[in-house]
Amino acid sequence: MSESALAARGINKRFGSLVVAADVDLTLPPGARYALIGPNGAGKTTLINLMTGMLRPDAGQILLGGEDVTALAAEDRVRRGLARTFQINSLFPHLTALESVILAVCERRRVAQAWWRRLIAYREEIDEAHQILGALMLDAVCHRPARELAYGQQRLLEIALALASRPKVLLLDEPAAGVPRDESNELFAAIAGLSRDITVLFIEHDMELVFRFAARVIVMVGGSILLEGTPAEIAADPQVRAVYLGKTPRGLRNG
Amino acid sequence: MTSATIAGPRDYLQAQMRWRWGEIAFWLATLLPFIVTPDYLLLASQVAIAALFVLSLDLILGFAGIVSLGHAAYFGVGAYTAGLISKWGWGEPLTGLLIAALAAGVFGYLTSFIVARFRHLPLIMITLGIGLLLQEAANSASWLTGGFDGLQGIHTWPIAGRFRFDLYGYTAYGYALAALFVIFLGARRLIHSPFGLALRGIRDNSQRMRAIGASTHSHIRTIYTIAAMIAGIAGAILAQSTETVSLEVLGFQRSADVLVMLILGGTGRLYGGLLGAIVYMVARDQFSGLNPQYWYFWIGLLLIGVVVVLPNGLLGGLALLTGRSKAAS
Repeated sequence: MSESALAARGINKRFGSLVVAADVDLTLPPGARYALIGPNGAGKTTLINLMTGMLRPDAGQILLGGEDVTALAAEDRVRRGLARTFQINSLFPHLTALESVILAVCERRRVAQAWWRRLIAYREEIDEAHQILGALMLDAVCHRPARELAYGQQRLLEIALALASRPKVLLLDEPAAGVPRDESNELFAAIAGLSRDITVLFIEHDMELVFRFAARVIVMVGGSILLEGTPAEIAADPQVRAVYLGKTPRGLRNG
Repeated sequence: MTSATIAGPRDYLQAQMRWRWGEIAFWLATLLPFIVTPDYLLLASQVAIAALFVLSLDLILGFAGIVSLGHAAYFGVGAYTAGLISKWGWGEPLTGLLIAALAAGVFGYLTSFIVARFRHLPLIMITLGIGLLLQEAANSASWLTGGFDGLQGIHTWPIAGRFRFDLYGYTAYGYALAALFVIFLGARRLIHSPFGLALRGIRDNSQRMRAIGASTHSHIRTIYTIAAMIAGIAGAILAQSTETVSLEVLGFQRSADVLVMLILGGTGRLYGGLLGAIVYMVARDQFSGLNPQYWYFWIGLLLIGVVVVLPNGLLGGLALLTGRSKAAS
């Protein structure tokens, strides 16, 4: 058990008669670089919502670092080191990029309740936030409100906010969704450059990116996990090809 | 160049919270009624009380995005508390103010547990319900509150044993203005604190707040309690300076008025609420002199006009103007 950074055990979830997670078992070892793929509606985002506590499973357990966190609220899981990003930008539109990340750092350090001290006095928090933005090449635009940033920069800010909570496990929901190809490479290079202490699972549709950046791939279909394996195994699997309607997904040959 | 970029982030934040000339001018101007319009000091004291009340609503609505249609509940608790203490024989205003703030704060803290769990329309209904409940409770507990006839027998002692509450409103305005200024300084400090940033985060995106590990409920409980205390102080000043409390302090009309003042002036800017209170109270005074029965007609017209033309309120419009003139120059 202690060998997993994050694990799901027998997770079930249904919305009415629609089964969105059926006996999902998943284990992310520490330092993993896993991709989660599958057709639209396979339940990938739902699985992230279940693991991060945004949704409650009907049955099953979520283990974070071997500890059962199934009963914990989403914010408490974040405090224990489980962070995520959103497929559709979920930022603070009126806060500047710097303010947004300072806020996340302050929340992690439990100083966000302090209303009698000026923000400017929190030098370490401000410097740390600035450093996180710098590492993602956002320092030049750090005083712009999030809503005024270019789309690609907003995707990076999503990641910056997640990193500010110093996660042990990071779940990225289509980090490059809607980002032009050349920029998505840069974005994934930033993700690949993350410390090996951080366990990463990302959802991605672009197979080229998946095969380049993931050590292992999990394929999800209809709320359950179809297959898990190395990119080469996944590329060679006839079932996966069938799922993708018999077509060879873009980039699959490169695997 | 390099040193500028290194010092950058903190300098920028520092500049955000620096006092501007407009602010200093505004607070100096609040002293003008003493000299220029001494006949209107009673009105000025009403404006200051309203401004304090609006300030408290701005902290929850403008910064944390908590819409309330029952904010008069806390104003009323403060007013009745201050009135009752005085009626029972302790008319010292400053301690009365503190006890009233405490009472409103306790009530605010208790209700904040319900308030923190809801947003949008359900929240409006819940705050409305709290306001209505409390007004009816005060009405039926007439042995305590005087019910429909109002609370009689309040006598406020002179402040510090020297400044008697006079007929012209010198003391009343000075007292209300001093309270407003001190509390404003506290509120200004609050919005420039990490907590103030967290409130803006909640207003912008509470789902994301949870995803960065924030306990939004506990933040909301804190600010709601603080806002309730400030509203209670505003109510207490009204009770102490007029030496009477009527059921109207808890009324829906008062909750609606304060919301109108805030939206008129502009939310989330502190000064917007103050400006809104001034414009609204002065307009009400003028319109009701002009046309005593139908003055709400003009208020309605003003409200619609401002919201249509200036979505961010009067202050938002001013900021737009000065921003444009700066960009032009």
